[in-house]
Amino acid sequence: MQIFTKPNYNFIKWRWHAIALSLVVIAAGLLFMWSKGGMPLGIDFKGGTIIIFKFENAVHEDDVRAALDKMPGEKVVQQYGAASAREILVRLPQNVQQEEGGLLDRDVKAATAALEQSSLGKFEVIGTEVVGPVIGAQLQRKGLLATLFSILGITAYIAFRFRPSFAIGAIVATFHDILVTLAFLAFFGYDLSLNVVAAILTITGYSVNDTIVIFDRVRENFRSMRRDSLEHVVNVGVNQTLGRTIITAGATLLSVVALYLFGGEVLKGFAFTMIVGIISGTYSTIFIAAAVAIILSRQREQAKVPAAEAPAGGARKPKNGKNRAS
Amino acid sequence: MDKNLRWRALAILAVVAISIWGFYPPQKKVRLGLDLQGGVHLVLRVQTDDALRLDTETTMEQLREAVEAKGLINVTFAGVDPTRFKVDGVPQGQDAAFREAAAEVETRFNRESGTGGSYSFVMKPNMIVQLREDAVEQALQTIERRVNELGVAEPIVARTGAAGDQIMVQLPGVANPQRAKDIIRSTALLELKLVEDGPASTKEQLLQARGGVMPGNMDVVPGVSDTGAPGDRAETVYYLVRKVAVVTGRDLRNAKPSLDETNRPAVSFSLNTDGARKFGKATGENIGRRLAIILDGRVQSAPVIEGRIFDEGRISGTFTQQEVQDLSLILRSGALPASLTYLEERTVGPSLGADSIRSGVTAALGGLLLVVIFLLIYYKLSGVNAIAAMVINLIVLLAMMSYLDATMTLPGIAGFILTIGMGVDSNVLIFERIKEELAAQKGVKQAIAAGFDRVFLTILDTHVASLISAAFLFQFGTGPIRGFATTLSIGLLSNVFTSVFVSRTLFELVLSRRRAATLSI
Repeated sequence: MQIFTKPNYNFIKWRWHAIALSLVVIAAGLLFMWSKGGMPLGIDFKGGTIIIFKFENAVHEDDVRAALDKMPGEKVVQQYGAASAREILVRLPQNVQQEEGGLLDRDVKAATAALEQSSLGKFEVIGTEVVGPVIGAQLQRKGLLATLFSILGITAYIAFRFRPSFAIGAIVATFHDILVTLAFLAFFGYDLSLNVVAAILTITGYSVNDTIVIFDRVRENFRSMRRDSLEHVVNVGVNQTLGRTIITAGATLLSVVALYLFGGEVLKGFAFTMIVGIISGTYSTIFIAAAVAIILSRQREQAKVPAAEAPAGGARKPKNGKNRAS
Repeated sequence: MDKNLRWRALAILAVVAISIWGFYPPQKKVRLGLDLQGGVHLVLRVQTDDALRLDTETTMEQLREAVEAKGLINVTFAGVDPTRFKVDGVPQGQDAAFREAAAEVETRFNRESGTGGSYSFVMKPNMIVQLREDAVEQALQTIERRVNELGVAEPIVARTGAAGDQIMVQLPGVANPQRAKDIIRSTALLELKLVEDGPASTKEQLLQARGGVMPGNMDVVPGVSDTGAPGDRAETVYYLVRKVAVVTGRDLRNAKPSLDETNRPAVSFSLNTDGARKFGKATGENIGRRLAIILDGRVQSAPVIEGRIFDEGRISGTFTQQEVQDLSLILRSGALPASLTYLEERTVGPSLGADSIRSGVTAALGGLLLVVIFLLIYYKLSGVNAIAAMVINLIVLLAMMSYLDATMTLPGIAGFILTIGMGVDSNVLIFERIKEELAAQKGVKQAIAAGFDRVFLTILDTHVASLISAAFLFQFGTGPIRGFATTLSIGLLSNVFTSVFVSRTLFELVLSRRRAATLSI
């Protein structure tokens, strides 16, 4: 079976359209986040309290919200998991006096007491999470560092294995995927949690994978297609790997969709991030990474024309097997 | 079958057999994270300033004694902050005598001279570092002892945080998180001090007999009148006690629950040799006076000393049975050098953990099933090959997890699912290349060889790139995320083995039996 028999689409021709589309999506996402006062952060990063109650009888979210009316700040009360589980998640904001004298779990106790006094029947606290501001700030820093360092590490690796302009192409594609994913997370009302950051980092790896596969092919083609233009060589590479790109994305998407559907409430955000990221990653591999690499290579080329004698650095000619074992 | 191929097939069988033996039965061999088995995750900060303040105050008292011994009068002492205290009113011409008295203090504090006979003493920076370090280390050991006494299986107590003053505690499967939290955090500073006066219902009453001035060597400590029944809200009373304790928690040898003479729950303790000597002397000299038993700055009881006691004592008060048990546990494990505050607490009930396992496993199996169907439809018989490689990959991954004693978390299960994806990716890369080579009119054997050879570097590149991001995820991640990074990294490594070595060997095994003209791919 074959999805594409000898595909020959001119992807490179569409590069400016693709870049424009991506910019629109990213700009819309940033605007949306800005209008909401920044990317919504989960309690991992912002601090706060989450309590999961399991009720003996079915209760309505609004009743729980009403019972907690006296608690200060903006509360989130929502169904946790399937309705038949009768589990309710309550999220409370950071309270300022926390961390003085071990009062961290004050809100848990207050909320539990408030529900006990209501007429919602018997319940059980099956899970709590309380994150103080110190840990929140710490986790924020760690998440940011992990993301930055892994992008730096991957860039260095690609620059070492391929050429610098390719590394920049891969990195632009990676940032593209991160921004698009954040935009969709904001559109669909997901908070940024530790799990989501882990998913974003995984996408980084995934998107770079795709890009590397194409670059590898392009590098191989340079040897057999020396006379062709850069655009053509890259375009052939993208087409040759198109089947693989789509199939892999499809297969991975299958397993991530299974995660989204069956993985439970905890992994919902993670799975959603992966779904968006895989789609965006496939798109950016085909349309963005190679295009940026070409644009950058081209500019260097032009800059070099007057000084033809200048030593070749990041030149268009492939490095013959120096970095490659085969 | 050529010999080389036979050895490769045997090697694969051996790896599979060892792996299965390695993780079977998974319930026992694979360690589950807190999010899957339920439990408590706590991060505490050691308030190391407490330890500094204590040292500064003790040093200040030492200096006061030394200065008074030199006959200097009207010199005042005051603590400024945890690492600094001030001395005022050293008479002119007595500077030399004062400095002589301060000589010993100056080994640990820097002296700064002010105007008019005032000095301030600041703790030396290396002392500060040392004291903070000691406080955290001592707190860590105390918490470890307490957690062990709680009887939790496989607890984790470790230092975390950039500043090194945080302690992470993980208690899998704890039934009563609140009790565990209270026990860990109790300072449990036990002091036995001689009572000079009291009990009285106000502080002022106690000081009236002394002209309203607190003597320098005494303190007022609150307590409850020890007549109530367990749980009673008795009124607060005050005792005037000697500042210097007869014995403290450091002198304890053991503590255990018992009953007092009216059959109320109490804690019996015994003292070590040094403590017993001090205790015997003090009780022998003070028969008929009261002795205050002070816990964390509150008098629990103040019994009258009826005779000389050496190494046994009892703390009675209005305790419940549970409180008595916890108190003996805490006293046995020693006092904390500084107070603790909670920075983060996460509890997962066992039912929630079981739910997570169920949904995680369902998702993994569902994903696997979908991918298997897809591979069979798209690659036909060669798909079987890819599936075999994928299943071996998962087996090796599980075995490595249990071998490395890595923790399986819910995000870790997600890592499993992504490993399935990565495995498919490698196989797709190889198969697509083989298809291309077949289309270029190559023989089946050559096409397979070329497919694997050409794609090997690509697979290496993609895996190294993913490993780089997994490594940073592990470095900066915490708890469940680390589980994810671990699974993903191991999965990536074993995938290089299965998708390249195992898959190729399977192809060649099939082809060695018959000369194929076509390939089902």
